Amino acid sequence: MATQTVILQGHIIDSLILAKVLDAIVMLGGTFTLPEVAIGTRREDLSHATIRIDAPTAEGLQDILTAIQPHGAVVETEQNCTVAPAPADGIFPEDFYATSHLTTHIRWQGAWIEVPQPEMDLAIVVNPSIPSARMIPMGSVKQGDLIVTGRTGIRVFPLERPKERDIFGFMEAQVSSERPHRHIIADIAKRMKTIQQFRQGGHRSATVLLAGGPAIVHAGGREALAWIIDQGLIHVVFCGNALAAHDMEASLYGTSLGYSLGVGRSVPHGHEHHLRTINRVRALGSIQKAVEQGVITDGIMAACVRQRVNMVLAGTIRDDGPLPDVITDASKAQEAMRAAIPGVELALLVASTLHAVATGNLLPASVPTVCVDINPAVPTKLSDRGSFQAVGLVMDSSSFLRELARELGWKG
Amino acid sequence: MSHLLMCPPDYFGIEYEINPWMRLSNQSNPDRARAQWRHLTQVLQNETGAKLEFMTPIPGLPDLVFTANAGAVHDGTAVPSRFRYPERQQEEQHFMEWFTQHGYDVIPLDQGMFFEGAGDLLGFPDCWVGGYRQRSDIRAYDRLSEIFRNRILAVELVDQRFYHLDTCFCPLSGGELLYYPPAFDAYAQTVIASQVAPEQRFAVPPLEADRFACNAVCVDRHVILPTGCPETIAWVTAHGYTSHPVELDEFLKAGGSAKCLTLTLD
Repeated sequence: MATQTVILQGHIIDSLILAKVLDAIVMLGGTFTLPEVAIGTRREDLSHATIRIDAPTAEGLQDILTAIQPHGAVVETEQNCTVAPAPADGIFPEDFYATSHLTTHIRWQGAWIEVPQPEMDLAIVVNPSIPSARMIPMGSVKQGDLIVTGRTGIRVFPLERPKERDIFGFMEAQVSSERPHRHIIADIAKRMKTIQQFRQGGHRSATVLLAGGPAIVHAGGREALAWIIDQGLIHVVFCGNALAAHDMEASLYGTSLGYSLGVGRSVPHGHEHHLRTINRVRALGSIQKAVEQGVITDGIMAACVRQRVNMVLAGTIRDDGPLPDVITDASKAQEAMRAAIPGVELALLVASTLHAVATGNLLPASVPTVCVDINPAVPTKLSDRGSFQAVGLVMDSSSFLRELARELGWKG
Repeated sequence: MSHLLMCPPDYFGIEYEINPWMRLSNQSNPDRARAQWRHLTQVLQNETGAKLEFMTPIPGLPDLVFTANAGAVHDGTAVPSRFRYPERQQEEQHFMEWFTQHGYDVIPLDQGMFFEGAGDLLGFPDCWVGGYRQRSDIRAYDRLSEIFRNRILAVELVDQRFYHLDTCFCPLSGGELLYYPPAFDAYAQTVIASQVAPEQRFAVPPLEADRFACNAVCVDRHVILPTGCPETIAWVTAHGYTSHPVELDEFLKAGGSAKCLTLTLD
């Protein structure tokens, strides 16, 4: 596919010049989008149209350009991006370009290069010898790295609507407890099954990500989620110390934060259960060992170990213990989460403000994302932090997971 | 009163071939050319009352006689032409000098932005039409639209014989139009049809188009056009105009007629 942007200006509407140019593009096998059309308001005002042309081949594009240039279409003057060396490790040059999570290209020595795996709030580092470009967090930059600066020679593509006509096709953050949830959950289930089939077809890198908080266990979603994981429908899990600790507490003591999951009231010395659980797992060395040695036999963590789910546990300052798997260095935890993002085709952010926002920050805008929380402020916050692609679902995490599991065939 | 610029055909002749009408083997007769041109000036002055200005002819510039291509003039501002063919580019400085010496506010276009004056820019008071693709560059009309603060609809000319707009498009003073539709592409034909009501426009028949019926000069209710265009004459007469056929065959050998030989200055 070859692409070129051209500018057309003049009295292009009433003289039918715009129509003629667009007809010519289509007749010669190209397609077009109009990222910008400004129509003059007074009789003498010129109108302007920016036309992005896509053609199947470079020759086809050239034929189109040759045909439309006599009608006034001017190839947009494209400038290379500018770069400056990082002045020190961990410091970007002053005028660094801050990225978005949308598909981004930079122009380097006359050619457009796609910057893979877009992520918001990073910078772009150029490797001039290949040449290639990638996004880089502030903390990872090394002195002398060539960092893209300013705004010229950078193009960012708006999010395309997915071909599937499901809830993700509307791309609207439905933050309301008033809306029916069932069709949304059915669409999520459908996507999960599609991704599973895709993986079974040999595309093992395609994954479903779940980022979750301990309310999943407190509210009673543990059984349903463990079943979903055991079906091989979730492949990456991001959580903190609490979800893992309370999940394993439930396995060992039948309680969550001291409340009996069976009878729904606190049990004597129940508040100690999660500490004793953490201590036990610390003694064994890891969650994996606790499961493999038969200490933890059921629940989310056990399912994750059985299904070899890629788990990243990120710590916080309020953690007890923490569990030996928890990464307590926030930068390292972020790096580990970032490393698990490529391949994610669906992200479920369930009952955790911290992990939802942290995961949203890492995801490209093209990844269908659902944020489930009983508090409408959470999906709103996620959207306000830039993850506008996320569909918000205001409901209890347990209800969500149980309904989702039933859509997927759970009989519980 | 109409005010027109003309240039005596003292050095007129066929010295090169830059349009399908020009043939070095089909030379014009200098005496006949002078007589035809003189007759045109007499009709304009005596029959229509137009006021004529005359440029000094220059040896070696045979087409300087076609003053319609001097530039675009409106409200005291003149934008001199930028000719596409090198054969005519030397005319530019003479036209520019004339405009400057006669007090016009002269705004030149950038080098390489071809525009051949009133030969390609015509129209009605509130809607101008610019011909492109043969001689003028469509992008010139963006600049001209800014300079003259008027809307210009660009129309594509698709027949090399009708290489300037004024060879196939002639707006009349009452809002009517004489034109030759096959000289335009389909988009331009649609645009013209949208601007002028069907009863207001006359599609000149092919034989009269070849006689350059559309290369007519309209001064108030007078239409001065080449001889041999009876249907066009009948139509303009039926619409209340007085027609004045003038024999201009010597100039048709160079691809020009009455309109090409004049530039409206007001």
